[in-house]
Amino acid sequence: MARYILRRLLLALPALFGLVILTFVLSRVIPGDPAATLAGDGATPALIAEIRAQYGLDRPILEQAWIHLRQVLTGDFGRSIFSGRPVSEEIAQRLPATLELTFAALFLATVLGVPLGLVAALNHNGPIDHLVRLLSVGGLAVASFWLAIMLQLVFSMDLDVLPLRGRVDVALGPPPRVTGFLLIDTLVAGRPDMFVDALRHLALPAVTLALPGLATIARFTRSGVLETLQKDFVLYARAAGYGRVRLAAIYVLRNAVTLVVTQVGLLFGALISGAVAVEAIFDWPGLGTYAVQAILSADYKALLAVTLVVGVVYAVVNVAVDVAQALIDPRVAEEAK
Amino acid sequence: MSVPVLEVRGLGVRLRTEAGLADILDDVALTVPRGGTVGVVGESGCGKSTLLRAILGILPRGAEPPRGAILFEGRDILADGAASARGRIGFVPQDPYLSLNPVFRAGDQILEIMRRHAKGPRAGHRARILDLFRAVQLPDPEAALRKYPHQFSGGQRQRLLIAAALACEPSLVVADEPTTALDVTTQREILALLRGLVAERGLSLLFVTHDFGVLANVCEEVAVLYAGRVIEAGPTREVLDAPRHPYTRMLLACHPDRATDLLGIPGTVPAATAQPSGCRFHPRCPIIRSGCPVEPPALVTLPDGHRVACPWHADPLPEVADG
Amino acid sequence: MTALRLLARDPVAFLGLLIVLFAVIVAAFAPWIAPYPDDAFESHIMQRLRAPSAEFPFGTDNLGRDILSRVILGTRNALAVAVTVVLAAMAIGVPIGLAAGWREGWLSESLMRVTDVFLAVPQLILALALGQLLAPGITAAMVALALTYWPFFARTVFAETRRLRSSLFVDALAGIGASPARILFLHVLPNAAPAVLVRATIGMGFTILTAAILGFLGVGAAPPSPDWGLAVAEARQHLPEAWWFPTFPGLAILLLVLGFNLLGDGLRDAADPRLRRSRR
Repeated sequence: MARYILRRLLLALPALFGLVILTFVLSRVIPGDPAATLAGDGATPALIAEIRAQYGLDRPILEQAWIHLRQVLTGDFGRSIFSGRPVSEEIAQRLPATLELTFAALFLATVLGVPLGLVAALNHNGPIDHLVRLLSVGGLAVASFWLAIMLQLVFSMDLDVLPLRGRVDVALGPPPRVTGFLLIDTLVAGRPDMFVDALRHLALPAVTLALPGLATIARFTRSGVLETLQKDFVLYARAAGYGRVRLAAIYVLRNAVTLVVTQVGLLFGALISGAVAVEAIFDWPGLGTYAVQAILSADYKALLAVTLVVGVVYAVVNVAVDVAQALIDPRVAEEAK
Repeated sequence: MSVPVLEVRGLGVRLRTEAGLADILDDVALTVPRGGTVGVVGESGCGKSTLLRAILGILPRGAEPPRGAILFEGRDILADGAASARGRIGFVPQDPYLSLNPVFRAGDQILEIMRRHAKGPRAGHRARILDLFRAVQLPDPEAALRKYPHQFSGGQRQRLLIAAALACEPSLVVADEPTTALDVTTQREILALLRGLVAERGLSLLFVTHDFGVLANVCEEVAVLYAGRVIEAGPTREVLDAPRHPYTRMLLACHPDRATDLLGIPGTVPAATAQPSGCRFHPRCPIIRSGCPVEPPALVTLPDGHRVACPWHADPLPEVADG
Repeated sequence: MTALRLLARDPVAFLGLLIVLFAVIVAAFAPWIAPYPDDAFESHIMQRLRAPSAEFPFGTDNLGRDILSRVILGTRNALAVAVTVVLAAMAIGVPIGLAAGWREGWLSESLMRVTDVFLAVPQLILALALGQLLAPGITAAMVALALTYWPFFARTVFAETRRLRSSLFVDALAGIGASPARILFLHVLPNAAPAVLVRATIGMGFTILTAAILGFLGVGAAPPSPDWGLAVAEARQHLPEAWWFPTFPGLAILLLVLGFNLLGDGLRDAADPRLRRSRR
């Protein structure tokens, strides 16, 4: 299994390497003269030349590419044009918030989506089935930013039962930073009140973000279970006397889940995309708000760094998906040889 | 004489399909005596798989409630619900490649069946499986317990499934063409193994096949199924050596080696949604009489114990023309 | 045509087709259907933020413009953006997929590697980065979306081409001396068309959604465009008083994307008999 994981990681490397090249090309080619951009409007040619030398922009393009690659590999993304702080530091600060949000959404989507898909399949063509089908197509059609605003409107503004924005109540203050995951840090700090508060803040953004995932997972669980139910081994298991519940919930579901797990990998991209808008609306201090801020302030260094980091996270998630599949279905790892 | 292990009486199964109501089984009677081995033979589509599914209580969704009775150990499992017989009827399925779930260890799948149906403490189950693995001659039983289905060959998988069928100490084993998916050499080994285990443990066996050769090898008695009805039954030797029903006679005439699949009688098996009236074989029968399409012939017992559902069974068949 | 007949038999997909047709008609005749067609750019401060009424069925926005009219006018923008983006992405992706699928060698290898690089980042993030670097605006957003969506077409066409290339009829054509170009354009491409069509339909919904996010984030359409995403963004300052302001543009997005998704689903089932069976 270790060798399988290693091989999957190695397979992800070329795409990541390509991504580094792509970000380099984007940063050097598209804005025209980056030195002039950095110097701002009405800068003297002397100032532009100085900046060009300072950033190494006067060197041959291949050498620049090499420097860029070396910097990226050492985690050096330069300084934010907006704040002047190292981009890598700012990203490290914000990444846990985004991961906490996306994992919470993925968790919700899975614990709700799998049973929904299962129940739908077991009531094939019944009313519940049609409802789940509608939900699974409709859930993918909802604009996350719109849903976020609608939920705010109802639960924060109208009913006033859940907080409107942020990760934690300012009056309570954030717990001492250990992992950056508030749900963990509050418990480490021994503050259940803060934990509940963090959970309440997480609720609306996580639900918003979970909906498309819920739709996808319910849909693929449903079709996976329907497909598995046709198999001979299900008939055999019934004849041999497996219990009804066990048959559906474990025996069939495990096969169906292999289909679902692939989708979770693909879903992660959608989750990160959704997170950009959702974070912006809930003032969630993660990578999404960072990206939006970078856009608004034309901070291309920060933006490219976010692109790269998201690419890496995405690749890691997809390797994790492959590994999970190999764990669920022993044939996967062997076929990969 | 003791109560037969299995007695099927007047079993009728109908299936709602897109093409209409399919008459799959009609008035089927069958007895498996204690310690006996009975074969059911017929072409595909004759209803033999449905017969097994009715006995195992896994009729497909569109099935109407079956008519008649299936007495297992003297109790009607159709009326009781088949659950009462679960675990006490061992099942050997047709295709060893498709009958085990690929994502669970083979041993765990058998243990799960035993957890629900086997007698005795759970601790003994593992030891019993290992015994059975040895009995079915699986190499390295300890390792086999931890393997996944795809890590076995087809023959080994069928051995595994035979072990699973015996795991809950059943009194009856039901086998559905358990060797069709295997190559000829393996087929022979598996059949010998099954026959040996059944004899050795004093079990009863109901064996479904389309292959007369296999039948002759395994079963003492046979019932021939055509279009959902038993048309001939009796001791295997009797039926094979002196078939009475025109259908059986033609089949065996086509295949004197008795080892080939049932093929090539003029016409086709009728669709289950449009069964012929009267005797269901009449559209293909060479000795058809005016009464045949009207009245379904009863299964009559002849003096030698051979039973046949054709009043004209003594008439000679016309010469079968070649081509 | 068989696909159309199958579609008619699948009520859910048919509903999708109806929604899409409805949107196309609304877009085509928007200036004539909208009660206040001038509200695309005019403002009427005196009647700002009116609740829905007989006069303004969806209410008015922060500049006193009729929201129903702007939703109708916005249909045009949404469809125009989506069609342009999907066609541009097809124009890039389909030839690349064909070229990479037809030949084996370093060229096709590197083409598919480049495709993988683009697929290695969530589309929105890449579109944001591109859109920003190209200077924000609706044109830049469309270019960015097309530049990030083509890999999906390349993948689809690549897979179809590889499958068809190894099939018997292509061998037969090569055997009777058909040129590769002829085989590709007259035989392979038409066979790949259903897969491309399905991809394009789903891409329409996806693009409308992503373009709306870009508009919402201020990287896409700029005021006074009646863009739906932009409208939802503008509405945020007027909550919770003007609930109708974000609600109706958002519902419009939902309906149109739903239409394309339902249609795409139905087309996929119709194009793939194996899936049709599992639908049973």
